[in-house]
Amino acid sequence: MDTVFIELDGVEKVFDVRRRTGFLKRERRQVRAVDSLSFTVPRGEMVGYIGPNGAGKSTTIKMLTGILTPSGGRLRVAGIDPSRERTRLARRIGVVFGQRTTLWWDLPLIDSYKLMHRMYRIPDARYRENLDRCVELLELADLLEVPVRQLSLGQRMRGDIAAALLHDPEVLYLDEPTIGLDVISKAKVREFLRELNTERGTTVLLTTHDLQDIEQLCSRVMVIDHGRLMYDGPLAGLHEVGESERTLVVDLERELPPIDVAPARVVKVEGPRQWLAFPAHESAAALVARVAAEYPLVDLSVREPDIEAVIAKMYAGASGEAQRVVP
Amino acid sequence: MESSRPVGGLRAYGLIAGMWIRSSLAYRASFAMTVLGNLLLSGLDFVAILLMFSQVDALGGYRLPEVALLYGLSVTSFGLTDLMCNSLGQLGQRVRDGTLDTLLVRPAPVLAQAAADRFALRRVARLTQGMLVLGYALVAVDVDWTPLKVLLLPVMLVSGAAIFGAVFVAGAAFQILVQDAAEVQSAFTYGGTTLLQYPPTVFGKELVRGVTFVLPLAFVNWVPAAYVLGRPYPLGLPEWAAFAPPLVAVGCCALAGLAWRVGLRSYRSTGS
Amino acid sequence: MGAARLYVAVAAGGFRRYATYRAATAAGVFTNTVFGVILVHTYLALWDERPHLGGYDQAQAVTYVWLGQALLAGLAIQGGGFENELMERIRTGDVAIDLYRPADLQMWWLASDLGRSLFQLLGRGVVPFVVGALFFPVALPDDPLIWLAFGVAVVLGAVVSFGIRYLVALSAFWLLDGKGMLQLLMITGVFCSGMTLPLNVFPGVLGEVVRALPWSALLQLPADVLMGKADPLGAYVFAVAWAVVLLVGGRLLESAATRRVVVQGG
Repeated sequence: MDTVFIELDGVEKVFDVRRRTGFLKRERRQVRAVDSLSFTVPRGEMVGYIGPNGAGKSTTIKMLTGILTPSGGRLRVAGIDPSRERTRLARRIGVVFGQRTTLWWDLPLIDSYKLMHRMYRIPDARYRENLDRCVELLELADLLEVPVRQLSLGQRMRGDIAAALLHDPEVLYLDEPTIGLDVISKAKVREFLRELNTERGTTVLLTTHDLQDIEQLCSRVMVIDHGRLMYDGPLAGLHEVGESERTLVVDLERELPPIDVAPARVVKVEGPRQWLAFPAHESAAALVARVAAEYPLVDLSVREPDIEAVIAKMYAGASGEAQRVVP
Repeated sequence: MESSRPVGGLRAYGLIAGMWIRSSLAYRASFAMTVLGNLLLSGLDFVAILLMFSQVDALGGYRLPEVALLYGLSVTSFGLTDLMCNSLGQLGQRVRDGTLDTLLVRPAPVLAQAAADRFALRRVARLTQGMLVLGYALVAVDVDWTPLKVLLLPVMLVSGAAIFGAVFVAGAAFQILVQDAAEVQSAFTYGGTTLLQYPPTVFGKELVRGVTFVLPLAFVNWVPAAYVLGRPYPLGLPEWAAFAPPLVAVGCCALAGLAWRVGLRSYRSTGS
Repeated sequence: MGAARLYVAVAAGGFRRYATYRAATAAGVFTNTVFGVILVHTYLALWDERPHLGGYDQAQAVTYVWLGQALLAGLAIQGGGFENELMERIRTGDVAIDLYRPADLQMWWLASDLGRSLFQLLGRGVVPFVVGALFFPVALPDDPLIWLAFGVAVVLGAVVSFGIRYLVALSAFWLLDGKGMLQLLMITGVFCSGMTLPLNVFPGVLGEVVRALPWSALLQLPADVLMGKADPLGAYVFAVAWAVVLLVGGRLLESAATRRVVVQGG
């Protein structure tokens, strides 16, 4: 099933930014939000799209959905040019904006779904089946009669994801779907997305700040910064390129000199607690086993690197054109 | 099969407006109270006109029933438009908070979705009040009714609503570019309907010229009503001008549609 | 003393917040000017037919129109001040947080709204008034003391206007459709303040009634003080009396509403 579903070839987006510099003076300059971006996504793949704030992630999603028209290059989704045939494409895609809801704010959740049912002309049986499924998996049963504005952030996000899926979209774009959610909500959302992707074969493109989203969901990750694609490949590869490190925090029985276990190195000691950095692609289990064998271990935890740190290291480690690692 | 854009737009409009109506009817008591309150109070600006006529016999040469006719035509056609697309007046808000994006990812024309947003049935109050005054005027006014004059009445109302609708759409397009311009739009919409409540003879020639040739609000009621009342036309327009409202309305809507496309395209190429 | 400084800071915040909406202010100035032009023409026609209607000559009638446009936004005659925000906070339940602030709810919003008033009087009121005075015949006094007396009347008007809108805003605790209530406030405010027709033109009992309502402290009294048609002291007493009644009424309604919040748990 390796048919190309999303296709970008040299896509650019240039904004004219006007900034007030004095009482009447304005400064005009051009900002290249997306710069010769090229990639393809086959049908049924689940891709993480990451990068720092303002890197061009949202701009890309807006171009993929037809909200924004690219300034240059070629862009196709399911063979359709999104900005020219936006409404036709709309039936085939689902979009979830993490920061703002597509639901009707003042009305009960179920009203938004009923409206989607009619607006997308979803066959009755199909609608009922999809709704039931979403209600069950996203645990929405008690929320259907609640006005959207009264839902918590996590509840609303689940409600939004269901709304985006009632019409069986072939691709789902998620812009920061787990931002601000508690641990349980995050887990529910991830579980649901995984199932959606494996059982329905829905293509998923998600932007996130949370590396765990990617780790648990995506086989492939793309990193964008300053509008350019910096990396495209598996997550493990990103850790290598970015020389990213995880941290093992160990509590020992008593204060001891710094632990000496390869390939970890101690970065901090505080009483009986020590922080050990080790390459992210190394197995944490093996390291823990070695530490436990040689030292009196009381407790431990592993901290994942955050996306900013990985990307920052990626830049620090590379130089010049070699920055753009596109395997 | 895909339906054509206008049909799809109307359908989406109906769906969204219907949903808002159902939700407002869920709280019947609250709804009934606001409609009743609005119905009673929206007549107050006509009361102000009655008060004027308690002091004078004519305003700009027009007597009370004649001013009532202008008022009724202006408020009824504006009320129709205001009921249908009031929320276009606040489109800038949607651009500012980014929720215009959510309309753009749905399979329906954005204009229809934006116009139907927050559809409020309580606005029928204004419309009803306009029709009541119009009814009074038709009974009280001294006119030799001909079939042509009778026919002109519904034509005026529909054309007038369309002209006001064009102002709303063009204003919404402008608000995509200048998000804080909601008040400028009110100057033309609410200002326009207020202006048309009074006889053209009250206003300066420049102003009348402006609302005839630049923003042709005069065709909502001033010009056709002058024919009905057998009064001289403003600016000495030719006799057939009284039958021009449908043409003017079509022209205005075409221009507004064009403005909307330009506005939306600029949003989609600049973002916000 | 600390409390006074707090409220001054709140008022300054209200002023600054509205000062940031430059485009909206410019748009508002435009709208006020357009409405002023429309209204001036109808008044000129009216006073043409009946010179000295309501005790005004033509220039005074024109002055009255432009005063109305100058005060419309500042005194929130048709609404558009803090009440939108307070109603939204009541609707979303955020008002529960306000109740725990170490400041008085009513005084807090009053300070903030007076800050807004001051900005809008300057930002939205001055330009339409100057345009009106330049292009139409107006009657303005030379005596700075009269202008001062007018200024005091405007400040009192702002407090009365706040008192009315505070009551309206609190209705959101009981009513579901706040928008409808605001609409009623707008229509009533425009009519009863004399925005469409000066209150001293209103005939008979109706005239007696509207002139006794609090809205007459918003436009009619300041205008009459400026044009020497009313005794400033009498106008002040009237405005202060209504301000006290409305503010006390607001406190009573507020305590009824907060009891309700506590009982329902927000």
